[in-house]
Amino acid sequence: MSGGANLPVAEQAGNPRAGEHGALSCGKALTFSGGTQADFDRLLSRYPTKQSALLPTLWLAQREWGWISREAVDYVATLLDLAPAFVWGVVTFYTMYNRAPVGRHLIQVCTSISCHLNGAGEVYTECRKRLGGLKPGETSSDGKFTVVEVECLAQCDKAPAVMVNDDDYAVITKDKLDSFLEGLK
Amino acid sequence: MSGLEPIQPVLLARRGKPNSASLETYLADGGYASWKKILGGLASGEWTRAKVTDLVKASGLRGRGGAGFPCGMKWTFVPPTEKRGDKPVYLLCNADESEPGTFKDRLLMEVDPHQVLEGMMLASFALDVKHAYLYIRGEMVHAAEILNKAVSDLYAQGLLGTNVLGSGLDLEITIHRGAGAYICGEETALIESLEGKRGQPRIKPPFPAVSGVWDCPTVVNNVETLSCVKHIVDRGADWFKSIGRNEKNTGPKLYCVSGHVEKPGVYEAPTGIPWEELLALAGGVRGGRKLKAVIPGGSSAPMLTAAEIAGVPMDFDGLVAAKSMFGSAGIIVMDETTDIPKAVTNIAKFYAHESCGQCTPCREGTPWMHKMLKRIVTGEGKRSDLDLLLQIAGQMGNGMTICVFADAAIAPVLSGVTKFRGEFEAYIDKSTQPEFETPAPSDITAAVADRPAAGIHS
Repeated sequence: MSGGANLPVAEQAGNPRAGEHGALSCGKALTFSGGTQADFDRLLSRYPTKQSALLPTLWLAQREWGWISREAVDYVATLLDLAPAFVWGVVTFYTMYNRAPVGRHLIQVCTSISCHLNGAGEVYTECRKRLGGLKPGETSSDGKFTVVEVECLAQCDKAPAVMVNDDDYAVITKDKLDSFLEGLK
Repeated sequence: MSGLEPIQPVLLARRGKPNSASLETYLADGGYASWKKILGGLASGEWTRAKVTDLVKASGLRGRGGAGFPCGMKWTFVPPTEKRGDKPVYLLCNADESEPGTFKDRLLMEVDPHQVLEGMMLASFALDVKHAYLYIRGEMVHAAEILNKAVSDLYAQGLLGTNVLGSGLDLEITIHRGAGAYICGEETALIESLEGKRGQPRIKPPFPAVSGVWDCPTVVNNVETLSCVKHIVDRGADWFKSIGRNEKNTGPKLYCVSGHVEKPGVYEAPTGIPWEELLALAGGVRGGRKLKAVIPGGSSAPMLTAAEIAGVPMDFDGLVAAKSMFGSAGIIVMDETTDIPKAVTNIAKFYAHESCGQCTPCREGTPWMHKMLKRIVTGEGKRSDLDLLLQIAGQMGNGMTICVFADAAIAPVLSGVTKFRGEFEAYIDKSTQPEFETPAPSDITAAVADRPAAGIHS
């Protein structure tokens, strides 16, 4: 299913975007900061039902805390009068909600067809190798990098395409990997 | 070559301009003239909702998201006011561009957000919409920021909101971000997602025009489609039709060319431009190599060999005649060095990852196909795998599932294996895996007879 449930288990190991059995705990109760609360209130005014604000509210939660923990799921569920299990079901359907903390630089390598034809598979493997042999989805021990494989980023003319956090990077070939990674440190 | 004149860019007229995305630039280029014209012509009755719909119908505009359905006709499926009761009509702009090989909507939103927004506003007027939503892919963070800025500028200028420019008309626009799921580009999945659910397609009917988001009549149109609407209202249906190559494929079109070409990118050309002309625009095949195959409409389209695509008009009907599809105009070019089995495996992996999981043939079939292809390209295939693969693919599509995702998933596999079977067999020939031996029927009978009688009926 979307979010990687259809990938073999071996390929999901350690992937922060492929939570397995319920959300991980962050160990503390959560509430939105004042600014985020104001953004949330504004959101609610844009939809005829509270539930429709679920995706944007999860975005706010991820912006605030970096990932979607069990406490975040419970909190969002309460805000929107939804069952936590339902919220978790939505979180796991989409690939972009992090289900575990990620590195400061979340490197998202596109390996879909146009990037594949331009060597993206090698870029993905080599990128992890140069960061100390990271497994797919694993975060480096210094907490700086997480490398994940993503589907088409609609940057096919700039293949191989990579996203780091919210930023787009064009034509990251194997040759350019060193300077690309250097630029992130 | 047909001697077709290259057109002045219409949809990409502002590409490369400084501050192309700003409201000032757009207004300086005459932007929102149609919106103001319509609002100003409300009182006199010069502009009616039907007039805008008729223009779009007459233009022959076909949906640019993939299906190529006539846009004006889609609008007429919304029930008339007297049959809607108190239910509002919603317009959703589908900006969930995620078909591999497609990157035109991203460009339109990043370079010229006001163009699609004006298209949404004009369509909202035609459809009596009070609140329109633009559902944008979660990954397009910067495009979403650009659109949000554009929308807030419009509110600040009084071009959106309550009683727009004193016309008595109200219109709200909200930018809504997805969160990473290919299937949300399917219109009923997009609706589910906007409602705050998992993006799983709905059974049709009811069609969204009758009962869509929040059980209200809903029209879902693609970014490029709505951008075209703006120009149709600006310049008329005849002008739009004059650009197309034939009567059924009208207007300017954005072609996304990627893969093994010299100059990958988005090219604007008349709908129906022949294949050779389009390839020439993109600088030809990379390094002067020979063309091997083309996926002409995003990864869901059956691949065509170099011979099959020769001379084909790149439009909805031309590609159907060539037994493929125009889809989202994501044209993926593969040169002679391409390993087709690996390319097909890559595409199969995409669909295995993106299946929404609702329907068994798709949920189970897509990973099966990927697993078998992976086994072949890693040298562990068996000769019987190819027929088994075709058999599985043959059982997934053609109405076995709620939406056409399964059909999309099998198209590259069926076409790839059928047209380049020798390449798959070459992998299998190198395999050391023993063939699975089908037991003779008599052996099965004997094995069953040997089993001790132990059944639930005994």
